[in-house]
Amino acid sequence: MKVVIVKYNAGNIFSVDYAMRRLGVEAEITGDLERIQSADKVIFPGVGEAETTMKYLKEHRLDEVIKSLKQPTLGICIGMQLMCKYSEEAVSGRVDCLGIFDEAVRLFIPNEQVNKVPHMGWNTIETVNHPLFKGLPEDPYFYYVHSYYATVGENTIATTDYIHPYSAVLHKDNFYATQFHPEKSGELGEIILKNFLDIC
Amino acid sequence: MLAKRIIPCLDIKDGQTVKGVNFVNIRNVGDPVELGAEYSRQGADELVFLDITASHEGRKTFVDLVRRIAQNISIPFTVGGGIHELKDVDTLLSAGADKVSINSAAIKNPDLISEVAKNFGSQVCTVAIDAKLEDGEWTCFLNGGRIPTDKKLFSWAKEAQERGAGEILFTSMNHDGVKQGFANDALAVLSESLSIPVIASGGAGTMEHFRDVFAEGKADAALAASIFHFHEIAIPDLKQYLNQQGVPVRLTC
Repeated sequence: MKVVIVKYNAGNIFSVDYAMRRLGVEAEITGDLERIQSADKVIFPGVGEAETTMKYLKEHRLDEVIKSLKQPTLGICIGMQLMCKYSEEAVSGRVDCLGIFDEAVRLFIPNEQVNKVPHMGWNTIETVNHPLFKGLPEDPYFYYVHSYYATVGENTIATTDYIHPYSAVLHKDNFYATQFHPEKSGELGEIILKNFLDIC
Repeated sequence: MLAKRIIPCLDIKDGQTVKGVNFVNIRNVGDPVELGAEYSRQGADELVFLDITASHEGRKTFVDLVRRIAQNISIPFTVGGGIHELKDVDTLLSAGADKVSINSAAIKNPDLISEVAKNFGSQVCTVAIDAKLEDGEWTCFLNGGRIPTDKKLFSWAKEAQERGAGEILFTSMNHDGVKQGFANDALAVLSESLSIPVIASGGAGTMEHFRDVFAEGKADAALAASIFHFHEIAIPDLKQYLNQQGVPVRLTC
C-alpha cells in the first residue's frame, strides 16, 4: 500500500509520518502531483493559516488535484478546514476553500462559560456508527489545537462540544477529515489512523 | 468536555532527565525518551522537556533528542531552553516538537513572541514565566530564576498574549520544590485576565493540590516533575482521584 502525505506550506507534517512509521507504514512525503494521484491513500495534514495555505495550494495546482482524488483521503486539522466550503480565517473575513465538504469554517467566539480560544487540549467526540470509529471506547478523548471550527452539517460523522457543538470528523465519498490530531492522540489516535488505512 | 491537562515536566541536562529542588539540587532520574514514553502510557496529557542549563550556559537544546521523542511518543510535547531566535524555533519544530516554550529570550526580546506567532502560529508559542512574590508584587525572573527583571507577572503575561503567545506557563518560584500546593490566588487572577490557556507550575505535593489548582487556581493544565519522577504520585491514580472530585480529566487506564 502506497501512502502519500501531502507536502505543502504547513507545519507538523512530520508528526504524521512518525505516526505512520509506528503503525509500520512507510509513507512518502511529497508535493508532486503525479505521486499524490497515484497513491493508494492520501493524508492531507498540517497546522497553518487558511488564506496563505489556500494560496499556496492554488499556485501549485494542489487544489485541483486534491479535489479530484478518488482514493481514500484523510484531512487533519487545517487539512480538514481547507477541504470545507470556505473559511473565515482570512484578512477579508472569508477565503474560498476546496469545497469538498459543504460545511463552513468559522472563528470560535468565547462566551461567559468558556473564555479560552484556541481550543487546546483533549476533548471527547460523539460519533455516529462508522467504520472509522471501530474499536474506540466510550467518550474517547482526542487532542485539539485550533481557533476555527467546521460547522455541523450533512457530512458530519462526529461532533465535539466546545462553546457549542461543531464537526470533529467529516466524511463524504472517499474523503475523511478530523479536526483533532490523531497523530498526537495516543492510542486512540492510532486506532483512527489504522481504521483509515484499513478502509478499502 | 475539554479535559484539564496533567503535564509531567522533564528537565534535561546533557541529554538526561533531572529535577532541581528550588532550582539548585539536581538528581538524575533517567532517559528522557523512555521516561516520556512511560508517562504517555500512564496517561500524561502532554510532556514538557526543558533544557535547564541551556539559557545559563548558552547551550542549545539537543535537536537529536527532540527528534527521538517525536518518533517515539504519540502525545504533544513542548521543548524549552536555549531558544534565542526564530532559527532555534524552526530547528526544534522541524525536529518534531509541537510547541516551544520561550522564557528569558521573550523577556529580553518581546518581538520574538510576535515573530514566532507570525511564522509558525500562536499554537506553537508557549511563553514561560518564572515569577516570585516579594513585598506583595510578582516579579519576573530570567535564566531559571537567577536574575530579577522589571517585568511584573500579570502585565507581562497580558503583553505576551497580545503579542501572540498561545499559552502561558507560570512557575511560582515561591512554591516551586516545596510541595505545599500551587500559587492558586495568582493563578486565578492570571487565568481570568487572559483568553489563552494557563499552565500552573510549582508546588505540587499531593493529589489535593491538583484538585485545588483546577478548582481554585482556575488553571487549564498543571505541570509537575519530581512527584511524578520519584513515584510519589502515579498519574493513573491522580486522574482517578480528580475524576472522583468532579474535575474533567482524560481517563486512559
